[in-house]
Amino acid sequence: MKRIASILALAVVLAVALAAQSASAQTLKTVKDRGMLNCGSNGTLAGFGLPDAQGKWAGLDVDFCRAVAAAIFNDPAKVKFVALTAKDRFTALQSGEVDLLARNTTWTSSRDTSLGLNFTGVNYYDGQGFMVRKALKVNSALELAGASVCVQQGTTTELNLADYFNAHKMQLKTVTFATADEAIKAYDAGRCDAYTTDASGLYAERLRLANAGDSIILPDIISKEPLGPAVRHGDDQWFDIVKWVHFAMINAEELNITSKTISDALKSDNPEIKRLVGADGNFGEQLGLTKDWVVRIVKHVGNYGEAFERNVGQGSSLKISRGLNALWNKGGIQYAPPVR
Amino acid sequence: MTGVAGERAYADLAFVQRAPIGALPPPLAMRGPWGWLRANLFSSAFNIVLTVVMLALIVWIGKSTIDFLFIDAVWVGHDRTACMASEQRPHVGACWPFVWERLNYFTYGSYPIPQRWRVDVFFAMLAIGVAWLLWLEAPRRDLGALYFFVVLPVCSFILLSGAPALGLETVDTSLWGGVLVTVVVSTVGIVVSLPLGIVLALGRRSRMPAVRLFSVIFIEFVRGVPLITVLFMASVMLPLFVPEDLTPDKLLRALIGIALFASAYMAEVVRAGLQAIPRGQYEAATALGLKFWPQMGLVILPQALRVTIPNIVNTTIGLFKDTTLVFIVGIFDLLRTIEVARIDPKWATPVTSPTGYAVAALFYWVFCYAMARYARHMELRLSAGQERR
Amino acid sequence: MSAAETTVRPRRSLLTNPTLRSIVYQVLLCVAVGLLVYAAISNAADNLARARIATGFGFWNTTAGFDISQTLIEYSSRGSTYGRAFWVGLLNTLLVGGLGIIFATVLGFVIGIARLSSNWLVAKVAAGYVELIRNLPLLLQLLFWYNAVLKTLPDTRDSYVVAGSVFLNNRGLVLPRAVLQAGSGALALTLLAGMVAAVVYRIWAKRRQALTGKPAPVLKVIAALVILPPLIFVALHGFPAVFEFPERGRFNITGGVEVLPEFAALLFGLVIYTAAFIAEAVRAGIQSVPSGQVEAAHALGLRPNLALRFIVMPQAMRVIIPPLTSQYLNLVKNSSLAVAIGYPDLVQVFTGTVLNQTGQAVEVVALTMAVYLVISLTASLVMNIYNRLIAPVGERA
Repeated sequence: MKRIASILALAVVLAVALAAQSASAQTLKTVKDRGMLNCGSNGTLAGFGLPDAQGKWAGLDVDFCRAVAAAIFNDPAKVKFVALTAKDRFTALQSGEVDLLARNTTWTSSRDTSLGLNFTGVNYYDGQGFMVRKALKVNSALELAGASVCVQQGTTTELNLADYFNAHKMQLKTVTFATADEAIKAYDAGRCDAYTTDASGLYAERLRLANAGDSIILPDIISKEPLGPAVRHGDDQWFDIVKWVHFAMINAEELNITSKTISDALKSDNPEIKRLVGADGNFGEQLGLTKDWVVRIVKHVGNYGEAFERNVGQGSSLKISRGLNALWNKGGIQYAPPVR
Repeated sequence: MTGVAGERAYADLAFVQRAPIGALPPPLAMRGPWGWLRANLFSSAFNIVLTVVMLALIVWIGKSTIDFLFIDAVWVGHDRTACMASEQRPHVGACWPFVWERLNYFTYGSYPIPQRWRVDVFFAMLAIGVAWLLWLEAPRRDLGALYFFVVLPVCSFILLSGAPALGLETVDTSLWGGVLVTVVVSTVGIVVSLPLGIVLALGRRSRMPAVRLFSVIFIEFVRGVPLITVLFMASVMLPLFVPEDLTPDKLLRALIGIALFASAYMAEVVRAGLQAIPRGQYEAATALGLKFWPQMGLVILPQALRVTIPNIVNTTIGLFKDTTLVFIVGIFDLLRTIEVARIDPKWATPVTSPTGYAVAALFYWVFCYAMARYARHMELRLSAGQERR
Repeated sequence: MSAAETTVRPRRSLLTNPTLRSIVYQVLLCVAVGLLVYAAISNAADNLARARIATGFGFWNTTAGFDISQTLIEYSSRGSTYGRAFWVGLLNTLLVGGLGIIFATVLGFVIGIARLSSNWLVAKVAAGYVELIRNLPLLLQLLFWYNAVLKTLPDTRDSYVVAGSVFLNNRGLVLPRAVLQAGSGALALTLLAGMVAAVVYRIWAKRRQALTGKPAPVLKVIAALVILPPLIFVALHGFPAVFEFPERGRFNITGGVEVLPEFAALLFGLVIYTAAFIAEAVRAGIQSVPSGQVEAAHALGLRPNLALRFIVMPQAMRVIIPPLTSQYLNLVKNSSLAVAIGYPDLVQVFTGTVLNQTGQAVEVVALTMAVYLVISLTASLVMNIYNRLIAPVGERA
């Protein structure tokens, strides 16, 4: 009996060792075989990634994952969302638990290099801001010398905060928490004078305070926070796909193609539109997708502007204006290379 | 003079008490409720002070608890306005409508509503298994063990995560939450850790040096580090140690961490039980020609495990309490669902948090206390046989 | 020739030779474990290389760039390294662990003795405390205490102020800070010398009493030895430190020494929780002392508290020490739950922020585990030695 057990154990070990050798980096094939895209998202941030009580996810990052799934499967529902904390998000991507990380992650050089990530673009230009209680009568972040600030750990926010106060020679008392939930709760309980995170996050978190009206968001933005989706190093095809899904959504907005007008766009004579919807050329196939990949994205998810307004803009409870995230020809800096 | 006459003569002279007088009752101050009070509460100046302080403490804690939970509590309402302090109602206690509304979330997490009967079936099956194992007069307890350690895990896994072939829709573990996850984590912990702990304990007492060495290293390593680092290891390091396409999901990783952690502690408990078995038992079993495994299975383990039942239950209590730590690696156990619910804008009030904590405290306390009573009962029962009369 | 010698022993097949079998099993086990470890390492190397994740401890000397709310050693977000952050976290863990052990021991012994009190109410309250606290998860208790601390204490503006220099509010407790001047080292040395002398004196007095039965005045002499030299020093040279008094700033109290609410909540929670377990160990220890010992002590005329001190406790300690050790270790390990309430201990700083900023999970988690392992093994070793020292002379191995 013991002998059998030993042989079994050995066999298992050998199998594991062999399987290790055959690990592949073909993400697109893996996703197609699985029939499901694994997407790491926030899970607690309204406007970017948040499941409702029924477990239905919504948000700008969530819609981005749906767009990728739509481009691959022609079905935006073929996404499994994995809620990741700021802490475990990179490991989840590195280890292959998720194929794509769309979790309001700031693009920085060290993350792009030493963490083994490739950022595919910027789907939200953000900046770090502060929320303070009205009663303190603070009008600018520069008046915060000596204040206690609640912050979530393991984020660029934590580093920017220290930099900003150092640069302006101001005293700072940080109180760090593992999750945004805990940080905002501590702020609400009066542990800190200010709460800091990306400005978009401030609008979302303010809704969760016991008295949202008692706090204001300061106008100062102290950092550049280009948030974008990321993939693993080492699979260029997958990198291209994720990158171009984002560009396709922006190009679609630029050419005024929406989920409602997509059927008209198919009949358009405009050469740019023809190339985008696949009536001309085989740009989708070059990516490893189908000709109608953009049609699938726009039909199921919409263009960038639609996703923006639905999740964080006027169609949402956050009511954030486009600002930097407007298209380049409308005063913003969202710009996409052409499809041709 | 005869004795009788003499006695009579004395009787005339004086009264002699012949039967002893019954003892007087002790003074009023030493008997009855008064006496008890004096002996147990007011025996000295120091004790009087202690008693008064303790009484004040009890009244203070008891009153504020009852006020919060019942007297000042809000019983009906639809959102946070009901639980906010106002002019008419300056003191607000527990916000029960919040609990009523979120009760399903606390129990099932985000498990799809039409599928929740599956969770109920799982709870029922588990209750049967636990009752079968713990009720000592139950029929066929050997079948019960088989049911608990083999049938139940397999059935529950199929039932909860789904099998499309059987018409059960797949439910992703990221949707599991609340009491369901707490119960799953602790059940898996106990189902895996007991057999693994037995193996490790036997390994630690083995005569083969290599086996002993590996067992000791494993047990001492795991017992030397906090559970939270084991969970971190399981959640951030484990994915790197297995091939890319084999990455287990988040809940499974935490389960592996908890199970390994619990088995090290279980191994020490079992080892203590093994040490309590007299040498003669081993020698007798060997003399009967039993080889190692039959010897263990038929003679040693049945005795060793019986004397360790109280300790096994106590370890289980620890495990049950420790399941709350999966909260820190982002798994939605009961405590985390409560933490998440209490910052829901719909119910955000100053009393929401204490209400949520009160619910969690009640849940954990009831189960842990019941287990502790059971362990105590078993201990008494076991020692009853040992005592000489 | 005897019959035994002529009996042909059945030839044993190699398969059933116990020595050989045991060797084969062990070799198989070693190979299996070796392969598992090898597979894990090669997988990790593979995964890391493919994703081009940095490895090694190169990050140790990189500037950390984040702030830590409580630092026992010099640390600033501008110049300090990740390595420095590690030490800050470790010291914070040791601080809360050390203080926790002291307070939990005191509270645990008080409650353990109270459980056996002749006062019915005291015994019941102590029992209720133990049953309540032991059966609730520590994490829940910590969250509760942290919330309770934040809720009950006033805002900064309405701080409780004692003597104009001690402030208590929901940002913590602020005390005046002693800023050391020249000569403070000499003062510390004087104090230390006094303490050493006191210890030596006590040992001498004890030995003399054991040998001759003559008691020596212990308390007064020790007090004099400890207090007088520093007093004389101060009288001659003046006090070598000035106090920096905290003041109200715009947002916070500035200056002084701060005790963070996170620290207070963690310490409080750990002490309350661990004390319940220590109390049980103490009760079991006291009950393990045969009742004849107590009766004999009473017969000799010792009062109950003296009997407890000189007869019961020394014997009970032998039973109490092993579980007490494991409770101390549990306390230190449990202090890692600080991560849930934002106290910057080793786990929060190192496996929290540092892990995130560097992304090097393997190195960071492994180092953290190694630290706890070293603490655990050292503590076990020390307690084992102590346990051997207090074992009855006849039983010493």
